[in-house]
Amino acid sequence: MEPQPRIGVYICHCGVNISAMVDVEQVAEFAATLPSVAVARDYLYMCSDPGQALIRQDIEEHRLNRVVVASCSPRMHEPTFRGAAQQAGLNPYLVEMANIREQCSWVHSDREKATEKAKLLVASAVAKAALLEPLEEREVEVTPGVVVIGGGIAGMVAALDVADAGFPVYLVEKSDHLGGRVADLNRVFPTLEPVTDLLEPLIERVRSHPNVTVFLNAQVAGVEGYVGNFEVAVSGFRVSGSRLNELETSNLKPETHRLNIGSIIVATGYDVFDPHRKPEYGYGQYPNVITSLEMERRLAEGNLAVDGRTPQSVAFIQCVGSRDAQVGNLYCSRVCCMYTAKQAQLVQELLPEARVTVFFIDVRTFGKGGEEFYDEARAKGVRYRRGNISEIIRRGDRVVLLAEDTLLRQPIEFEADLVVLAVGMEPRSDTAALSSLLKLPRSSDGFFLEAHPKLRPVDTAVDGVFLAGCCQGPKDIPDTIAQAKAAASSALIPLIRGAVQVEAATAVVDVEECAGCGTCVEVCPYGAPALDPYLNVSVVNAVLCKGCGACASACPSKAIHLQRFTPEQILAQVDALVE
Amino acid sequence: MALKTEPMAEQLELFGCIQCGKCTGGCPVARKTVLNMRSLIYHMLVEPELDVYAHPELWDCTCCFTCVERCPKDVRPAELIISLRGQLVESGRIPETVGAALMGIFRQGNPTGIAREDRTAWVNGTPVKAAQEGCEMLYFVGCIPSYDPRVQVVPRALVRAFTAAGLDFGILGTEESCCGNEVRRMGEVGLFEMLVEENGELIRSVGASRLVTTSPHCFNTFRNEYGLDGIEVLHYTQLIAELIEQGRLGFSNEVKKRVTYHDPCFLGKQNHIFDEPRAILKAIPGVKLVEMDRNRERSLCCEGGGGRMWVEGTNLEERLAFQRVQEAAETGAEILAVACPFCLLTLEDAVKVQGLDERLQVMDIMELVDLAL
Repeated sequence: MEPQPRIGVYICHCGVNISAMVDVEQVAEFAATLPSVAVARDYLYMCSDPGQALIRQDIEEHRLNRVVVASCSPRMHEPTFRGAAQQAGLNPYLVEMANIREQCSWVHSDREKATEKAKLLVASAVAKAALLEPLEEREVEVTPGVVVIGGGIAGMVAALDVADAGFPVYLVEKSDHLGGRVADLNRVFPTLEPVTDLLEPLIERVRSHPNVTVFLNAQVAGVEGYVGNFEVAVSGFRVSGSRLNELETSNLKPETHRLNIGSIIVATGYDVFDPHRKPEYGYGQYPNVITSLEMERRLAEGNLAVDGRTPQSVAFIQCVGSRDAQVGNLYCSRVCCMYTAKQAQLVQELLPEARVTVFFIDVRTFGKGGEEFYDEARAKGVRYRRGNISEIIRRGDRVVLLAEDTLLRQPIEFEADLVVLAVGMEPRSDTAALSSLLKLPRSSDGFFLEAHPKLRPVDTAVDGVFLAGCCQGPKDIPDTIAQAKAAASSALIPLIRGAVQVEAATAVVDVEECAGCGTCVEVCPYGAPALDPYLNVSVVNAVLCKGCGACASACPSKAIHLQRFTPEQILAQVDALVE
Repeated sequence: MALKTEPMAEQLELFGCIQCGKCTGGCPVARKTVLNMRSLIYHMLVEPELDVYAHPELWDCTCCFTCVERCPKDVRPAELIISLRGQLVESGRIPETVGAALMGIFRQGNPTGIAREDRTAWVNGTPVKAAQEGCEMLYFVGCIPSYDPRVQVVPRALVRAFTAAGLDFGILGTEESCCGNEVRRMGEVGLFEMLVEENGELIRSVGASRLVTTSPHCFNTFRNEYGLDGIEVLHYTQLIAELIEQGRLGFSNEVKKRVTYHDPCFLGKQNHIFDEPRAILKAIPGVKLVEMDRNRERSLCCEGGGGRMWVEGTNLEERLAFQRVQEAAETGAEILAVACPFCLLTLEDAVKVQGLDERLQVMDIMELVDLAL
C-alpha cells in the first residue's frame, strides 16, 4: 500500500521581495489547512543554509514525503531545494515549487489581491505535489574522445587541452593545412610578434601529440547520436604531417572515417567580407585599393609600392562591411580597429616620409594593452580623422577619398596613393550546412548561437557540442584562445566523469494505447521517439528526450504522458486554482 | 520659424544616426554649399528647436539619395530635407520659381504652366492610341518630354520603336498629369497625395499590365511610391533592352561614334538599373562604349533633380553638370548618352556654356536608337 502524501509547505519572504507585497504568514496559515499538508512554515530566505536545514529537519521529524516551496522562480533555486530533499533521503523529484515572486509579488501592486493569488498558487502546487511520483535519475556511459571541427588556432588549442588531459582527439580540417586564418597574417597585435612564432610551435605540438589525429582536406559528412555517444562520419585524409601535398592526394579518393566520441567542438572560424559588395570603393577597379589581408602580405614582403611608385599618402578605411545596414552586417567586427592600428604603425615605420591616415567612426581598441597600442600608433605619426568614406574616385595615378571630416565639420577630398579597406568578419559560407548537420541554431548575424550570451559562451542548445573561436562571433586571438580552452574544459567534463546524467522527467508511451501513427516522431525536435518496426508502437529514447511535452500534446490517442506533467497532475492544479 | 525638433526626429527615426559623416561625405553638392546633412540631423537630435527659415540651403539638395543609399544605419537622411521643405511649403516661404512650378502642376498638370490641352502637341505623324480604350502597355510620357521642344524627340522615338516592335500600347493624352516625383521632393505633400490618387485611379482604370515611362523620375515614383500592385513598372531602357534581346527590335543603320553613358541618379543609384542602358548602346552597330571613371553607383549627379530644375539654390557657382561634361569629354567620347530628360537638359546646357559643343554632343539613348533603327 502506498503511503499517504505528507506535504511540507514552505513560504519564503525572500527578504522583502515577497513579503512586501504578499502576507506570507497568512499564506502559511492557509497552507496548513490544505489536504495532505503536515507542516507549513514561512521563513526569511528559504534558499539559505538554515532555510534548507529547515526542510531537511522537517522531512526527518515529520516524516514528510513531499515538499512544496513557495518562493522565486524554479529557474533560480529548483536545484537547491531538490538537493536539500535529496540530502534528507527524499527523491528530488518529489519537490514542487510555486513562483510567488516573479509571478506574484513582483508584478502586482495590490497587497490583498497578491496575497489571495499567492494562496491559490500554493494550493495548486500542493495539489500537484500530492500526485508526484519519484523518478529515477539515469546515467549513460560516455565514449572517451572529442572531435574538433576546424584546424585553425581555436581548434588546435582546444585539441591540445583535450589531448593533454589524456583523451583521444580527432582534428578535422577542411583545407590542406593547419593554422587557419592566422596563418594568412604577418604580425599580431599588440605585441607585433610574427605569426610564425605563434603558430609553428602550436602546429608542431598538434602534429606530434600521441593523442591527436589530424584529418586534412576533410569534412564532417554526418553526425548521429547524443552527448557522450556521438558517431561522426568524416570524409578526408588522415595524415601524420600538418600539410597535405597536392601530388600525394590528387590521385586518391578521400576515405570515410567513423569516429565514436563523447563531445564535439566546433571551431570553424570565419570568412572575410568581400569589398566587391561595396562598389563605391572601387575595389577591383583601382590597383590602389586593397584589403587589410592583402596589406598583411605586402607588409610581410616589405613591398608597399603601387605600380612601381612608393606611396606618399596611405589611407585606412575602418568599418568596411561591418556596422553597415547596406550590406546586412549590423555588428562590429571587433578586431579591425586593433589590426588597423597595427598595420598603420608598421606602414609608418616602413615609410617614414609618408602620411598615414586612419578614417574612423569610433576607435574601439579595447582589451589588454589596446589603448596603449592606439597611443603608440599616433605617437609614431599615424593621423586619425573622423569620417566614414563615402566614395573613392580616380585622379591621375592617385585616388581621392570623398568624405566629411566631422570634427572639422568640412567635406574633404583626400588624395591617397594606397588605400586599405579594413574588412570585417562574416560567418563562413558553409555555416548553414554545418548548422543543419549538427542542429545548431545561429544568431541573427549568422554566427553560431551560444546557449546564453552572458553566462554560457561556449555551450550550445545541443548538449555535448561546444563552440570555440570566431565561428561564434568575431573576436581576437586572446579571446579565441580563452574560448577554445573553455570549450575544451566543458567538452572534457562528460569524458572525465565517464557518464552523463539524462533528464529524469521524460515522455513515456503507454504501449496499449499507442496506435503507431508516428505523430510524436514528426513533432519531436530532438528525434527521441521512434517507431519500433516490430511492435508498431512508439518508443522514447530517454536519453534524447528533453521533457518538452510536444509529443504528449500532439498524440491523438493520448498515449504519451510526460512525467511530472501528467494530465492528472495538471487537472488537479487547475481544480485547485478554480475552487 | 522655430520648429520643435523632437516630433520630426521621432517620426523620421533619426536616432539611428551615429554621425559617421558618410551622408555629407558623399553628397554631390556638399562641397559647394553650406548644406551639411549630418550636421542637420545632429541638430535635430540634440537641439530643442530648428529655425527652418534660417536654412535656405535646404533647396540645394538634388534628392540624388546618395546619402540614403549609403547610410550604414538605414536612417534615410534626405527624407529630413524633404520634411523640412514641407514645413517651408506649408508656411509659404518658398522660392518663387518653386511656387510657379507647383502652381503649374496644380492648374495645368505640368510644371511649365503651359495649357493641359497642349500636352499631346509632341505627337506628329500617326496619332497614338488612347490608353483609355484599353491596351497591354501604358506609356506614361511625362511633363518635360511632352512640353520641352528639345526633349520631345524622345517620346517620338519611343513611339516609333514601340510601333516597330509591334507592341500594343497607348498614352493617357491630355488626361496625363505630372507624376509628382519632384512635387513630393519639393515638400508639397498635399499636392503629391492628390496626384497619386488621381493618376493612380486613371492608371488602374486602363487595365494595362505594364507601365513604361520616359523619365527615371516618373519611373521612380510609380515603382516605389504609388503602390501600383499588379502592374509591372518599367523605365524605357528596361523595355528597349528587352525588345532588342528578344529580337523584336533590329538595327539596320550604323552609328559610328565613341559614346559614353551617364547614369541618372533616379535610374542608377536609386533603382540599381545600370546594365540595360549599356546593353542598348552596345547593341547599336558602330557604337564604341567608353566608361567614365565615376560611373554606375558613383555617377556624378547633374544637379537637375529634387526640384533643382526650378531652383538655383544658395550656391551660384557652376552646376555639377559642368564638371560632369568635362569628365565625359576626357574619355574622348563624341557623344554623351543620357536616359533622363533632366540630365539631357542640364548636361546639354553645360556643354553649350563651356563651349564644348564641337567636341561633345549630348543625346538621349533613344535618339541614338532612332538613328540606328
